[in-house]
Amino acid sequence: MDPRIKILRIGVASCGIAAGAEAVQSKLKECAGSIPVVGVGCLGSCYAEPMVEAVLEDGSGILYGNVTPDDVPGILELGDAKRFTPPPQREAKQLVRVMALAGRIDPTDFDDYVSHGGYAGLKNALEMSPEEVVNEVKLSGLRGRGGGGFPTGNKWSFLAAKKAEQKILICNADEGDPGAFMDRSLMESVPHQMLEGMLIAAHATGATKLFIYCRAEYPLAIKHLRIAIEQIRERKLNVIDGRTLDIIIKEGAGAFVCGEETALIASLEGKRGTPRFRPPFPTDSGYMNHPSMINNVETFGNVPLILREGGEAYAKIGTAGSKGTKLFALAGDLSNPGLVEVPMGTTIAEIVFEIGGADRDKVKAVQTGGPSGGCIPVELFDTPVDYDSLKALGAIMGSGGMIVIGKDRCMVETARYFLDFTHRESCGKCTFCRVGTTRMFETLERIVAGRGQESDIALLEDLGRKVKAGALCGLGQTAPNPVLATLRYYRNEYEEHVKNHRCPAHQCGALVKLEIDHARCVKCRMCVRTCPVGAIDGDFRIDPEKCTRCNSCLDVCPKNAISRTDIGE
Amino acid sequence: MDAKFSFLNKVDRDPGNLIKGLQLVQAAEGYVSDDGIRAVAEYFSIPPVEVEGVVSFYAQFKRVKPGRHKISVCDGTACHIKGAAQVLEWMRQELRIDSGETTDDGKFSLETVACLGCCSLAPVMSVDGKVYGKLDRKKMVKILKEF
Repeated sequence: MDPRIKILRIGVASCGIAAGAEAVQSKLKECAGSIPVVGVGCLGSCYAEPMVEAVLEDGSGILYGNVTPDDVPGILELGDAKRFTPPPQREAKQLVRVMALAGRIDPTDFDDYVSHGGYAGLKNALEMSPEEVVNEVKLSGLRGRGGGGFPTGNKWSFLAAKKAEQKILICNADEGDPGAFMDRSLMESVPHQMLEGMLIAAHATGATKLFIYCRAEYPLAIKHLRIAIEQIRERKLNVIDGRTLDIIIKEGAGAFVCGEETALIASLEGKRGTPRFRPPFPTDSGYMNHPSMINNVETFGNVPLILREGGEAYAKIGTAGSKGTKLFALAGDLSNPGLVEVPMGTTIAEIVFEIGGADRDKVKAVQTGGPSGGCIPVELFDTPVDYDSLKALGAIMGSGGMIVIGKDRCMVETARYFLDFTHRESCGKCTFCRVGTTRMFETLERIVAGRGQESDIALLEDLGRKVKAGALCGLGQTAPNPVLATLRYYRNEYEEHVKNHRCPAHQCGALVKLEIDHARCVKCRMCVRTCPVGAIDGDFRIDPEKCTRCNSCLDVCPKNAISRTDIGE
Repeated sequence: MDAKFSFLNKVDRDPGNLIKGLQLVQAAEGYVSDDGIRAVAEYFSIPPVEVEGVVSFYAQFKRVKPGRHKISVCDGTACHIKGAAQVLEWMRQELRIDSGETTDDGKFSLETVACLGCCSLAPVMSVDGKVYGKLDRKKMVKILKEF
């Protein structure tokens, strides 16, 4: 074993575990002797999980990626095999602040967090008056990271101004946007950071009770939060200005609409999570009619930084209207997916191509903001990411999911996918959302099935405008965005579907057939054996009637002789 | 109240804990049975119809008895882009059941979920909570054989 190794870190957040990190961890413990093996959170480069870092005496680290238990002996000798160097452009374009401690500390070790500057922000805050803290947050220009982008300092001042016996502070950790995992990573990797932010907010606003509303699908995040809350209680850090604060974790039960403030509050009260009219706003009447304020995980995660360095210093990073850094969960058609943190104002091209390593010739668009957002075509990738620029394009910042869509994907099908999600997640309370999104979904289903008519495009536009204008809450008001944005930038794809019954990307099953190129085929019979419905005959012809377009044959063909083509007349 | 639901005593009788109570029932039974609904209603002094209303609202709660192994195919955005529909189709062909159903022998139940939060490993699924990533047909069939 190389004597220079002081600590071995292994990423055991959900992504790491899914990639097999637990087997590597036990092998490390078995072989490492007296060297501590520390399970840490997200190391950011999810595509290289499981990841191990050997930390040397001088504090520097050597990273290994895609590690299997068999690689462990080599790592202990600091061998060259499986060494992982993050792509230099990825490093250059990122600015890691909120996630700085992720992958560096043991999430369950309180002292590890404190020795890396943790709770210094809370200490500073407690030496200031509540008004001064609110002012620092206002100065920082921090805006809500959950998607809406409301100025955080203003929100805090509303709750601070309320005179009430009970004031409730709620952290929205119900990351329901499919394709987003920033909050999960932050909670799993550095649970104390968000809690520190909440305690600072409690001092600033006079809150008496703290709730964390977290998805039940995030068991590891919940486990780490529970440990962290216990550590806070033991050290009486939850005693703020003489008040002993309850910190309660409530597990959500799976409803996208609960990301909306008033729906989340109804769910906290144990009811169906349906939104209600505002006003009254939650800061006037929220949980059990007490003044309540909701911030998202990443927003609270930014707060300790502001109190550590001051609002003015924090505001030096970013653009005129959007300050600080933003986390993005980068996934989809690219080679280096993962969690990235960039200063506001970084262009989409920098994120997708330089950090994500996507192939410039193969990318069609990105989708930001999940089902509430829109797509941004590759031609507009010079747009900087900030709240206002993205909104101008018909997309939104959202909570930070960023999905790269390749040229071989159908945009009509993508829009159908999002409407399938939103129409099912609509709570059903208001007609525009309940019926409107359902009709939009049915229309899109018709189009991708080849039964669309030219009038369907106008119908979608009309419905989209009306649902946006008429829906009660954020879910309905943004649900048409994926359709309207794809209609704006990829109208030709819709037109091909309805006029010529053709899917230009060859994705929509009803509009394509699979064909074997006999010039390439070596008659290995892999496809015949694989086809689950027996659609391929002895002459290697695919029967389009039997074929379910499952792509199994295409996957197994060693010669890439099978392709999807227009079904024709 | 039915003695088999005595674990409800772990939570306060505050109706704000209704969802927590239902989560306990589901953890114990694997789903929320009619008896479970009645027990929860009695415990929190809420009409059963309101309990049913909350159960039907949230995707997490199941009203049908699940199979011994729970397969969740992720259809989050990243997985969808990477072929989740295909994974589901293969699964349908292997198990001969649709999403939301249980195999005749009671071994597997199949569901689609919105996001497992492992988008960078897309397409993913989980079996009994364990996540498997970067699926293709071969890998999927191999995983099923482990059970």
